[in-house]
Amino acid sequence: MTTSYQLKRADFIFKYENDWEKILSKCISRTPQELINELISSELKGRGGAGFPTGLKWKLAAEVVDATKYVICNADEGEPGTFKDREILSMVPYKVLTGMAVCGYVIGAKEGYIYLRGEYFFLQPELNKAIREFEYYCKGINLDFTIRIFMGSGAYICGEETALFESMEGKRGEPRNKPPFPSSYGYMGKPTVINNVETLAHTYTIFKYGAKRFYDLGVQYSRGSKLFSVSGDTPKPGIYELELGMSLADFVDEFGDGDTKAVQVGGASGFLVPRKRFDETAIGFQGKLTGISLPTGGSMMLFNSSRSMFNVLDNYLEFFREESCGQCTPCRVGCQQLLMGIKAVKRGEKNAKYLDKLLRLTETMKLTAKCGLGQSVANSFSSIVENFREEMIY
Amino acid sequence: MNPVTDLIKSLADQHGRSRHNLLPILQGVVEQEKYLSEYSMIEIARELDLPASEVYGTATFYSFLEYKKMGRYIIRICKTITCSMKGKNQVLLAIQDMLKIGVGETTPDGTFSLLQTNCLGFCHKAPAMLVNNEVFTDLTPEKVREILRMYMNKKKEGGSYDN
Repeated sequence: MTTSYQLKRADFIFKYENDWEKILSKCISRTPQELINELISSELKGRGGAGFPTGLKWKLAAEVVDATKYVICNADEGEPGTFKDREILSMVPYKVLTGMAVCGYVIGAKEGYIYLRGEYFFLQPELNKAIREFEYYCKGINLDFTIRIFMGSGAYICGEETALFESMEGKRGEPRNKPPFPSSYGYMGKPTVINNVETLAHTYTIFKYGAKRFYDLGVQYSRGSKLFSVSGDTPKPGIYELELGMSLADFVDEFGDGDTKAVQVGGASGFLVPRKRFDETAIGFQGKLTGISLPTGGSMMLFNSSRSMFNVLDNYLEFFREESCGQCTPCRVGCQQLLMGIKAVKRGEKNAKYLDKLLRLTETMKLTAKCGLGQSVANSFSSIVENFREEMIY
Repeated sequence: MNPVTDLIKSLADQHGRSRHNLLPILQGVVEQEKYLSEYSMIEIARELDLPASEVYGTATFYSFLEYKKMGRYIIRICKTITCSMKGKNQVLLAIQDMLKIGVGETTPDGTFSLLQTNCLGFCHKAPAMLVNNEVFTDLTPEKVREILRMYMNKKKEGGSYDN
């Protein structure tokens, strides 16, 4: 087991490789079971943020018997601070397309969709060109698989997989109850594999270089590399591929401006880590490393000492209030009340103890909200209020 | 016949008339008309044989499907955290000052509408904005004034609808 938590750069995702035809042909000459085993042994986990094991996801969908199944690439990249998927789709689209087609072969799906967020409309012409070229090749090797782009229209919640299905079905993007899970009941009620853009690009690396090459990167429970979208108070904002498992202290050494007060890991729905916890925080999926370990879709926002954490939280809550689909009460009303609540405390209309009441409200939301949006508001709220309480009050 | 009716018919021919074709049709109308009028929504409902309330419910859910009359160029400036930290407000003030409109308003000549939007995914090049489907990043008040002038000239030249 690797026990080093140092920051290590990797270069797989954006590496130019002109052999996708070969990789695709090689994959479909293997059995679906072999491919699933390869993915499972790589321990690749979903790169959208939730971290579900990808091999298992494909396996579950493959096991369901149905003539119609779907593969969906989730390119509804809306988490504040995340911008890696756009770069993947514009720089190495064929890796994603290959991942989708291999998935289609493994689970027995003939149709693939890329759900592209409305903000990325401008990616369409180039992406369509790549798709046409790709489909032409598939036809040539007798692989029956088509890919279509489905455009979103500016709704963060549609990144939630079941809301995305609803949206594709022509409805309001309101998340469904789970179970049933997409692997048995997804788009149009059919078995569906839905993967993040980056996850699909990683499958390319795994199928090309083998599971071991991927597994050797990162640390226990958090294998492989991951793209990080770095923004905020940093001298070098941008996208970086790093091995998982690094400590936040190392990350800040590399990307901070020398005055980093806190880092928001995982976007508005993630956690704020104050400087005093940089050393004990590792970026990965689960399991205790030196301290807490945070999953992330790759959004890393740095704040220096000139930033007001009240303004940061205020901005997040306004985001959630607007992006809550409004379907379930804990999230719809909760987001509104949290926003009004911190403003009232700041203005002195409520005393500081009111913050504790709001913290209890986020606990309720975590337990009762229908989907990840409402449940995750508690993450940033409690980590900011608990660590920067004085900034909320004065 | 109202030209929107023709547009809706041709969009339905192109995409299909099932419920799952609704979003591309709504998007197609917005691309041409910049917004969905009550008339458009009723026509779409008729074309797809859906209750108009369902069309309205779906359309109003999505922030990029406007249902109020919009200008020819819709400016959407990102207000999420990084853009806010990197000077979004100064850029917004420069736009408001130049166009003499507030957020949510349209210039009287119907050229520009000004809106704020949530994270555009250009946090590393903040602040960012969209004008229709075109992205502009690393904005400053000077830069945004130049961009708006470019669009004003485009309008004067009488160019066709463009994204």
